[in-house]
Amino acid sequence: MYTMRRLSLAFLLSLVSMGIFAQDDLMNLLNDSIRKETNYTTATFKSTRIMDGHSIESMPPGQLDVRISHRFGTLNSGGYNFFGLDQSNIHLSLEYGILKWLMIGVGRGSYEKTFDGFAKFSLLKQSTGEKEMPVSVSVFSSVALKSLKWPDPTVTNYFSSRLSYVAQILIARKISNELSIQLSPTYIHRNLVVTELDPNDLYAVGAGGRLKLTRRISLNAEYYYLINPTNNMTPQIYNPLSIGVDIETGGHVFQLFFSNSVGTIEKQFIGETTGQWKKGDIHFGFNISRVFTLKKPQKPTNY
Amino acid sequence: MKRFFLLFIFLIIVLSVNAQKYMTKNGYIGFFSHTSTEDIKGDNNQVAGILDISTGEMVFQALIKSFHFDRALMEEHFNENYMESDKFPKSIFKGKISDLSSVDFTKPGTYDVTVDGDLTIHDVTNKISAKGSIEVVNGGINASSKFKIVPEDYKIAIPGVVRDKIDKNLELTITMKYTPIAGK
Repeated sequence: MYTMRRLSLAFLLSLVSMGIFAQDDLMNLLNDSIRKETNYTTATFKSTRIMDGHSIESMPPGQLDVRISHRFGTLNSGGYNFFGLDQSNIHLSLEYGILKWLMIGVGRGSYEKTFDGFAKFSLLKQSTGEKEMPVSVSVFSSVALKSLKWPDPTVTNYFSSRLSYVAQILIARKISNELSIQLSPTYIHRNLVVTELDPNDLYAVGAGGRLKLTRRISLNAEYYYLINPTNNMTPQIYNPLSIGVDIETGGHVFQLFFSNSVGTIEKQFIGETTGQWKKGDIHFGFNISRVFTLKKPQKPTNY
Repeated sequence: MKRFFLLFIFLIIVLSVNAQKYMTKNGYIGFFSHTSTEDIKGDNNQVAGILDISTGEMVFQALIKSFHFDRALMEEHFNENYMESDKFPKSIFKGKISDLSSVDFTKPGTYDVTVDGDLTIHDVTNKISAKGSIEVVNGGINASSKFKIVPEDYKIAIPGVVRDKIDKNLELTITMKYTPIAGK
């Protein structure tokens, strides 16, 4: 053994001049012996919403997102209404990550006194490395309950008339560190509509994206194209377009934007947007998201 | 031709000292920084490393995304805003036990050592020197160290708002449990 050590010491001496090379050699050995990892894309969007609509992002398990959203009146309502700021629709929600692939949320909005609940399932996650996946895919489903008093209590009113349903497939790709895009095919079913000419089923395709301006600010835009012909709808509705910024501070994400829609949930901003950008029916709106850790993630014990 | 011969000799040497190599794939690196509002703590239990006891050389490799935090948002900020882990996915260390003679790998026990080498974080490489200990146990070697680094040395930008709240030093804790590389 002693001679062995002497020998290796001699080798060591002869290797000293090539020490760095030997360390690279060790590094190669290390790289060869660890398997190729799958590198999952994170932070495709900063928040679970692009602006109005949902992004593919989910709350991780054990994390509670408390969201406060405001949509003010229209800019063209004039100085008397302080350009819309006198009027505001509020939406409050609690959203929670249950599993890695499942988050749920409940909310209440002042617009038509609506309660809503949703579930979002993460099906695929964009990744590179051992497992290659070009896009992230989530499925979103929600129910909304309009709790306004019946306009005519003398007729028979059904509880089911208050309900509407939304299903979306969210497909997103983080193209680069700065740019992410998303497509959101959407189906909406309203149990009760205003007139016979209004369709109960609405089909729409959403497109949204974000462009990071700095590490903490991104420019976001979102548009939903309604596939149903809109010319017979009561009232006349238009496709919603929202443009704004995400501002991230330590524990909050602020989303500030302008939109021709006043709704905060899918059924409202896709199916009930009556404003038009070109007429100045532009609402200022914001979402504030604050995330709390209710359950700490399970980590392997340290040595 | 002579050069090839030398390379051949060198390869033989490398192969012969392979028997002296110890490895781990689930070493631990944790970092800790105290701030006035909250403590920042990240843990990575998937650090890979090799220790060559014949030369004292050691290498580590840690994936930045394998650092986990209690708060998901903190983890996201760590990856997105500070470490830019999509651009710089790995952190590596290449170094050497400078006082290898103080360790007797044949005798179980704990030995204090000093390790010098190059630490690469955020694509910036700095020379570091850290005190640590080597524990020779039955069937393996444990190595541990605790030392401080300054994030700014690695061009990790800390925004003005929080700069005063964050301790300039970050404490790193490293614990590796090596086992011999089988069959080599």
